[in-house]
Amino acid sequence: MAMTLRDIINKLLRRQPASASTARERLQLVLAHDRSDLSTELLDQMRREILEVVAKYVEIDVDEGAVSLETEDRMTALVANLPIKRTMSGQIKLKEPKVPLEENSQETEGTDQNS
Amino acid sequence: MAEDTRVILICSGKGGVGKTTLTANLGISLARQGLTTAVLDADFGLRNLDLLLGLENRIVYTAQEVLEEECRLDQALVKHKQESNLSLLPAGNPRMLDWLKPDDMKRIVDMLKEQFNYVLIDCPAGVEDGFKNAMAASQEAIVVTNPEVSAVRDADRVIGLLNTNAIKPVQLVLNRVRPKMMANQEMLSINDVTDILALPLLGLVLEDEQVIVSTNRGEPLTLNSVNSPAAKCYLNIAKRLQGENIPLIDPAEESAGFAAKFRKLMQTKIF
Repeated sequence: MAMTLRDIINKLLRRQPASASTARERLQLVLAHDRSDLSTELLDQMRREILEVVAKYVEIDVDEGAVSLETEDRMTALVANLPIKRTMSGQIKLKEPKVPLEENSQETEGTDQNS
Repeated sequence: MAEDTRVILICSGKGGVGKTTLTANLGISLARQGLTTAVLDADFGLRNLDLLLGLENRIVYTAQEVLEEECRLDQALVKHKQESNLSLLPAGNPRMLDWLKPDDMKRIVDMLKEQFNYVLIDCPAGVEDGFKNAMAASQEAIVVTNPEVSAVRDADRVIGLLNTNAIKPVQLVLNRVRPKMMANQEMLSINDVTDILALPLLGLVLEDEQVIVSTNRGEPLTLNSVNSPAAKCYLNIAKRLQGENIPLIDPAEESAGFAAKFRKLMQTKIF
């Protein structure tokens, strides 16, 4: 049976989706870490400590919480998304007006160095 | 003495992405425009610029002898056979790496600045001493990368270092672009790369097998094969460096042009 180059390529393509988007996503992730000079262990330690501090004030859903590095235009940001179950006083909303917390979730952003 | 000499570092981080080929072709193209240009091989460990320019047999002295004051600068400079506006300052012995300091590179470049409109520094791969020495002597930079994850990642490292050392402008050349693969979304697009690296695009260079032919002969494409796809790209980059407003090639259009050939290739029976 004759097989053309196109047949071979088509066969390969059917098995694998276009790879450019995979490349883009992998790069964005790896560059966020490269630019921050933070190792995975350090980032994980920071994540745990941030959660500990926040947990002193509000009850958070640890499983849902995420702290990650995101990068855009050579600026890297530390983004924390911590869904609040309720505050320690039993209410959803914090009483103290000094601490600006939203009802259900909050987003903390701190700018990291842009390497 | 040329007061407004532009000293441009051509770097990439990763090896094999096309720094030396770009240096050679930009050198020829700028010389063609009547600009006196020096290309400095700063890759002392693995020098190759002499080979791509076809000047390997005409080297008498190198940057090393100039620095050790064993010869004058003009004795070490190798003038190109066809483009008399272009001169190469060859890299010295790899042992130079043991003692070469950023100030030595500055000294060499200061000497070149007195005679030339452009000094192009062909930077070694990596981000270690060789790169740092070359960077110390540069004012601006061109970062060369390919639309591949490893090349883009390494380019990002280099850009970070250039930024912290106040090198500017830093511009991007995207090399070895394959329009068909981009059209099939099997290669990072132009926008993907410029978005991720956040650099202005000085130009892109299409994948072109004539590049290999030209290196075999030691005659950069821009010297003789000016109609090859990559040669046109190099010439455009040189013009943009000079401030001319040349629109970028649209890879999608290139892809249509290649389509017929490509389809034919696809019908080749393998077995």
